[in-house]
Amino acid sequence: MTDSRNKTGSSSGFNRRDFLRGSGAAAAAAAVQTQAAQAMQDSGPAIVRGSQKIALNINGSQHDVTVEPRTTLLDVLRHQLDLTGAKPVSADGSSGASTVLIDGKPATASTILALTAVGKKIQTIESLGGDNPDPVIQAFVKHDAQQCGFCTPGFVIAVRAFLNKNPNATEAQIREGLNGNICRCGTYANIVQAAVAVVKGA
Amino acid sequence: MTEYNWPKRDASTVIGKELDRVDGLVKATGAAKYTYDINLKNQLYAVALGCPHGHCKIKSLDISAASSVPGVVHVHVFDHAQPDREIEWEGELLVVVAAESEGAAREGLSKVKLEVEKLDVFTSAEDLQAAEKAGRTSKGGGKVETVNEPGDDDDEEEFVEKEIERLLKESKYVVEGYYGIDAITHCCLEPHGSTVEWKDGTLEAHLSTQNVSGTDEQFARDLKVTADNVTVHCDYIGGGFGSKFAPDYWGIAAAQISRETGRPVKFMLSRDQELKIAGNRPSGYIKVRLGADEKGVVQVWDSVSWGSAGAQGGAVSHSVLPYVLVPKNYRRVATTIKCNTAPSRAWRAPNHPQACAMSQTALDDLAGKMGADSYDVFLANLVNATNEKADVYREQMQIAAKLMDWKAKWHAHGKGGARGSIVDGLGMALHTWGGGANESSCLLKVYPDGGVTSFCGTQDLGSGTRTVCSQVLAETFGLGINDVRVNIGSSRYPNSGASGGSTTIGAVCESHRRAAQDALVKIFDLAAAELKVAADTLEAVGGKIRDRNNPAKNLTWQKACSLLGLKPLETTASYVRGTPSPLSNSGVAGVQMAHVEVDRETGVIRMKKFVAVQDQGLVINPKTCKSQIYGAVIMGIAAALFEERITDPATGVFVNAELADYRLARLGDIGEIVVELYEPESERIRGVIGNGEPPAISPKAAISNAVANALGIRVPVIPLTPKRVLDALAKA
Amino acid sequence: MKAFEYAAPATEKEVLQLLSPEPSRTEILAGGTDLVGLLKKLVVTPDRVVNIMEVESLKSIQVLPGGGVSVGTAVTLDVIAEHSCLDVYPAVRQAIHGINSMQLQCQGTLGGELLQRPRCWYFRQGRGLLSTEVETGANRLHAILGNSGPAKFVSCSRIAPALMALGAEVRVIGPGPNDEKRLPLADLFQTPQNNEERENTLLPNQLVTHIILPPVAGRTCATYEVRHGEGPEFPLAAAAAALRMDHRGVVETARVVMGQVAPIPWLSSEAEQVLLGRVVDERVAEQAGEAAVSRATPLSENTYKVQLAKVAVKRAILLAAGLDCGDFRSHARQIEELV
Repeated sequence: MTDSRNKTGSSSGFNRRDFLRGSGAAAAAAAVQTQAAQAMQDSGPAIVRGSQKIALNINGSQHDVTVEPRTTLLDVLRHQLDLTGAKPVSADGSSGASTVLIDGKPATASTILALTAVGKKIQTIESLGGDNPDPVIQAFVKHDAQQCGFCTPGFVIAVRAFLNKNPNATEAQIREGLNGNICRCGTYANIVQAAVAVVKGA
Repeated sequence: MTEYNWPKRDASTVIGKELDRVDGLVKATGAAKYTYDINLKNQLYAVALGCPHGHCKIKSLDISAASSVPGVVHVHVFDHAQPDREIEWEGELLVVVAAESEGAAREGLSKVKLEVEKLDVFTSAEDLQAAEKAGRTSKGGGKVETVNEPGDDDDEEEFVEKEIERLLKESKYVVEGYYGIDAITHCCLEPHGSTVEWKDGTLEAHLSTQNVSGTDEQFARDLKVTADNVTVHCDYIGGGFGSKFAPDYWGIAAAQISRETGRPVKFMLSRDQELKIAGNRPSGYIKVRLGADEKGVVQVWDSVSWGSAGAQGGAVSHSVLPYVLVPKNYRRVATTIKCNTAPSRAWRAPNHPQACAMSQTALDDLAGKMGADSYDVFLANLVNATNEKADVYREQMQIAAKLMDWKAKWHAHGKGGARGSIVDGLGMALHTWGGGANESSCLLKVYPDGGVTSFCGTQDLGSGTRTVCSQVLAETFGLGINDVRVNIGSSRYPNSGASGGSTTIGAVCESHRRAAQDALVKIFDLAAAELKVAADTLEAVGGKIRDRNNPAKNLTWQKACSLLGLKPLETTASYVRGTPSPLSNSGVAGVQMAHVEVDRETGVIRMKKFVAVQDQGLVINPKTCKSQIYGAVIMGIAAALFEERITDPATGVFVNAELADYRLARLGDIGEIVVELYEPESERIRGVIGNGEPPAISPKAAISNAVANALGIRVPVIPLTPKRVLDALAKA
Repeated sequence: MKAFEYAAPATEKEVLQLLSPEPSRTEILAGGTDLVGLLKKLVVTPDRVVNIMEVESLKSIQVLPGGGVSVGTAVTLDVIAEHSCLDVYPAVRQAIHGINSMQLQCQGTLGGELLQRPRCWYFRQGRGLLSTEVETGANRLHAILGNSGPAKFVSCSRIAPALMALGAEVRVIGPGPNDEKRLPLADLFQTPQNNEERENTLLPNQLVTHIILPPVAGRTCATYEVRHGEGPEFPLAAAAAALRMDHRGVVETARVVMGQVAPIPWLSSEAEQVLLGRVVDERVAEQAGEAAVSRATPLSENTYKVQLAKVAVKRAILLAAGLDCGDFRSHARQIEELV
């Protein structure tokens, strides 16, 4: 029987319920800290509750912000620092609209708790603008790789990250490598042109 | 009176040029502020609870625990959420919690206690029999036309029945088919919402809207103030597609909460709410019998169609069936189904995409039945074109076929041969749309120092409205587009119509060109006096006002403007919708062709190539114009292959209302897309016509036809998911 | 999100100290690509979130003496995909590439990928992991195998089938500070029978620290996913195969594991039986595919998945055997070669 190898819960030798039975009903009402953890409080890892002041390294400078454990990096960028280029489009990052670079790698700020970003280099779309905009931005403008523009900053960051890693990417590789972002207006054809142009230095 | 006109093609220096959009940089750098990006000092964050069931009666609603969550400032209960009220779709907002942070607001929301009595739910719009059984259907109208008329003594219905049967019997070819297209959502990436603030009894509303000039009055009406107390701002909007014409009841709630608390309120729908309640396109399903002569020209059409536009009834209108190509004899009957889904909203070319997918598929099946080239069958049926565009279609088909290399790629339906499990196919479709100019007013100021600035209460959906307005002003004054400043996106500016139905480009071209030409007449008068020439010999070119016959006689633009004296010159021009004008027009055609590959083993479809040939009268900016068409095609690919609103049959819950589950096309899914602007002089002289809707119509039918050509069978209902392809193959 | 406590321990032992023995009170955070979305939607409402990304020991890739590789569960997927020691395990690399989102690959971790919560939309709308609504509901993406109990969701890990086909093991620590064991990856997954059980066998205060891949030992392997579009959305069906063939191509050992078809990664001994002692060709692979789904029990809306699972198995076996699988990609490759 295949089923004996494809385990069901009850047949598992590694069962959560056995443990629960042992832990007793009182545990249900207990505080989250285990006794062991409480004992560790002084010497062990810090447990953060409520609002905290932290410093985040964003676009090359330190920013003091106030966060709760549940505050996402996207919330901090948008609500405390007015860096609104990264957009909230999907709760789970599946649109890529909140993409930023963390230590040089693309990640969705909407699925990153701000506390986890302490000590990392965060780069937002705003860092690619300025007087001499990044070639990706210039190519997006030239090839009209935007319509409503709401997804565009996330896409620009994604293209930047992709080309950093694949500076000589072919068009086929570009079409395969930029599927973590969603555009609703349908600018993909122009984005392909823009990315190809950046590779060619056009 | 100024004679309004466009410069000739070879005399244009700005119009017709592929210029970068003027707000391209501000958008691509993330600097553009959308409604969602507006943060006002001391603002509250509002989030809402949606109804968890597709059809129910509110029994009780207890907000006390929510109110006492730390950080919660205000809890707002909608009138329609009071006990005993019936809710007819899942997601309908019931309660709004406003708090110091979004986290606190969400936590507050989780403490709202709601009890409902569940009522019967119906969501299967495709299942006509079930809908009838559930008492959810009503008549959706219909129409009959026959060449032969009933005699005086004939019972009309009986006569029609006999006549249709006779015509079908006498037809050389008869196709009987079933086709359909499911509901899809607008899924704007910026959800519906607003950030609002009351200041001294007046409302400043940042609203994500396609209707800047119209929503101030809507706010005022619902908030019981006069419209002069409301200003709506929308500099940038993250997608609308026909779903953002009103503040909606949630926008009104934001304003009420702000008035109540004395603080600014930001209230944007969550992603799932955006999908569930903020806009969807009605579904349409059809059973067709058509009869054609030996040449494949359809002589008789007989259809029964149905579908649902949600809980408030309605469906795809029968009036556009069959689509564009209508034989002399037809009978079409429509039924609407009331489903427990949110009411539909206008979606790019209301009714047309569905009608196209519900009827040009049948036409393609006729080609399949005849063993003929679909191209030839479409060509033969142009005699049935109802919009007097047969010649345009014929030319556009030729261009599209060349770009697609149709003749070389063509094989008869199902006869292409497979490589492994992969088969390929070609399909086409054609469409029509109005796209006439909406109403629009423009206030234009020309300053004595040469500065030019315009004000117009329109908005830029992403089609490039700012850029187009800039081009029109710059062309008129002989300037560059960076020499003029265009202001849009505020209801304080002169009224301009909502951006819907491809009416914006006509509207803003009318108002801006008129205002600019009016101003130029006055500047010419002053310049003529200065240059001592007749005003009607002057032209504005290359930053100069000069004598057409003696270009050496000229003034710089700045010098000419300095003749205005101390005060700026102001002109206001208005265009009234429907007024015949040499500047704008309505009525376009458009032909599209798709080349797809299908994996017969998995039912997965891949786009190889897509060709879109589109007319839109005079093209102001070919670059943004093409972008609009690319976008329409890509949206069409998404709807043809991916987008599904999936509801739980028992609860009416829209189960895939997140972007991870509501599939859209991704960059790797689109294949090669070729866009051709069709702009011969005969089209150009008609003036500008909107092209937002037309290219969004044909993709679904064209792709369905290509899949039918590849497989040799029809996958009846769009989207053509692997499940549907495999189910259809299993049935065949 | 509900308010919660947060900790970022630096050692494995500290992680264990911070985890509650009670279910659902603590959640482990790695890349966040799954958990943060669930927190936002209040599908999970822990009192504490423990971030394991500061634990150095979880971030290493080590070639083991005598062959084999140990990969820490906090290593991100892009790092794994690019690591040379994965060269001999193409099935793993193919599975990571299939995710097709740079963001998910750079942010997501191996542990998070393996232990992400099921991609059941009833579960993700807060209607429970074992919602009874699924049986007569919108179940087109649900299980076709192992679905006779209350669990109808599918295990959605995209890497687990490859790792299981290769015979990977996991190192699990806890609940006690010195508790540690190694067990087959397959034993990490279970089909919950009631609401007290999750889709994995871990206690709430246990942690998976490493995945241990045994030496490849002459095996070849491949992953094949039937994907609806090029996005990172989950495949409709998937399979991984690992084969050892003698010099004549006769299969000596075979392991075939299906993904997205059952509440756990589904090991198919039926497919294995078909393959043993035979030379892989299109017909044999097809037979193995058929055998793999021979006992499928589709739900009301997902009969089509039986075909997709069959094709996934067939194509994974063909690829593992170094043969062409006849899909879009191989077709495109052929055209490229012609040109």
